[in-house]
Amino acid sequence: MSELEARLSAHPFVQGVERESLDSLIAAAVGIVEWEPETIVARTGSFADRCYLVERGDLAIEVHRPGRRPRIIQTVNDGEVLGWSWVVEPYRWTFDVRALTPSTAIALDGVALRSAMEADHELGYLVLRRFAMVIAGRLEATRLQLLDVYGARD
Amino acid sequence: MALATDTAPANPLLPSVTTIVDRWDETDDTFTLSLAPPPGYRFEPGQFNMLYVFGTGEVAISVSGDPGRSGRLIHTVRGVGSVTKRLRELVVGDAIGVRGPFGRPWPVDAAVGGDLVVVAGGIGLAPLRPAILHALANRDRYERLVLLYGTRMPRDLLYRDLVSEWRGRFDMDVLVTVDNADRSWRGSVGVVTRLIPRAPFDPKRSTVLVCGPEIMMRFTGRELVRRGVDPASIWVSMERNMQCALAVCGHCQFGPSFVCRDGPVLRYDDVDELFEIREV
Repeated sequence: MSELEARLSAHPFVQGVERESLDSLIAAAVGIVEWEPETIVARTGSFADRCYLVERGDLAIEVHRPGRRPRIIQTVNDGEVLGWSWVVEPYRWTFDVRALTPSTAIALDGVALRSAMEADHELGYLVLRRFAMVIAGRLEATRLQLLDVYGARD
Repeated sequence: MALATDTAPANPLLPSVTTIVDRWDETDDTFTLSLAPPPGYRFEPGQFNMLYVFGTGEVAISVSGDPGRSGRLIHTVRGVGSVTKRLRELVVGDAIGVRGPFGRPWPVDAAVGGDLVVVAGGIGLAPLRPAILHALANRDRYERLVLLYGTRMPRDLLYRDLVSEWRGRFDMDVLVTVDNADRSWRGSVGVVTRLIPRAPFDPKRSTVLVCGPEIMMRFTGRELVRRGVDPASIWVSMERNMQCALAVCGHCQFGPSFVCRDGPVLRYDDVDELFEIREV
């Protein structure tokens, strides 16, 4: 088993995936990436051809606002997934992503993975179901943020 | 009338008059009062006092000091209501009435031998501070000690120096997150529930203490259960309109419970369904 394969298999997002689907994910894995603090990982509007399984580190999802300081929407941390724009048309990053701390992640080729999912709908269902859980978790967290639960009462 | 613990005062309706020994601001709207404790006063982590501002009224405030140190009676208060805003205006030397302690404490002994996980939201860290201090004073009785702390913005972080000190310890894991931040913040951004999946604790051997806004506790409880924590091992501290603190007036009733007597610390599986009801 290669190092990349071993590290991919150990990531929480991949836990419990059957061998055949795991092989497809391994085929889509393009390598381990490391980011120093302040590295820009993704830019709003750029082509989203990657998805990252974060192993370690803290990455800020930011929105830039003309004339104002960028605001951090959320951070993505150890064991989480960064990026689903590769699976949603028009395949463009919706926000900026910046490394806050030294970070490492397994990079997946989104274009290759999409093709594999089109060819193998079982794989497609598995990956999309897992991404749906990630997206649902982020959506719930974002809704809670919008509630401003620590603010003054209405 | 029997009270929840053996720390109940002799006449629970009669305030002891004491003085403010010190006070300091914690954040823009939150401050801490250090009082001279009434003679023989002692409390357990999670209990509260009724603080009486003469001429204004009474308010229930959790004790946030160190249960192992009897020299000062510490309360951290957010100045948002008529009594708490008046409390904020008091100065060192002013007199104040104290009734208490009341209520059911955090089950710190139930956690012995396993992991103790503390989840705090906003000023919810104040009622949990005595439990953390107790655990640190008895550190060898617990396995992992974990604090997950979420607040609104970096400037709203409570006990900043103390939390920094806890983060620097080798025998405690502290994860902090804020809901809103600009680039000057180097830590996590997101609600406190997002810390739960990656927090270092064994869900099968953990006791979890949760305090914060009710909606935060509802989602935290749900996320803890999703992580594998037994609902019977999760404890929440409820905030209600407590007036008599003796389970007589009924203002603090929450379903079948009187929060002042049966709580404020309640077991999650006793209240999780009530969290879903629109009006309780």
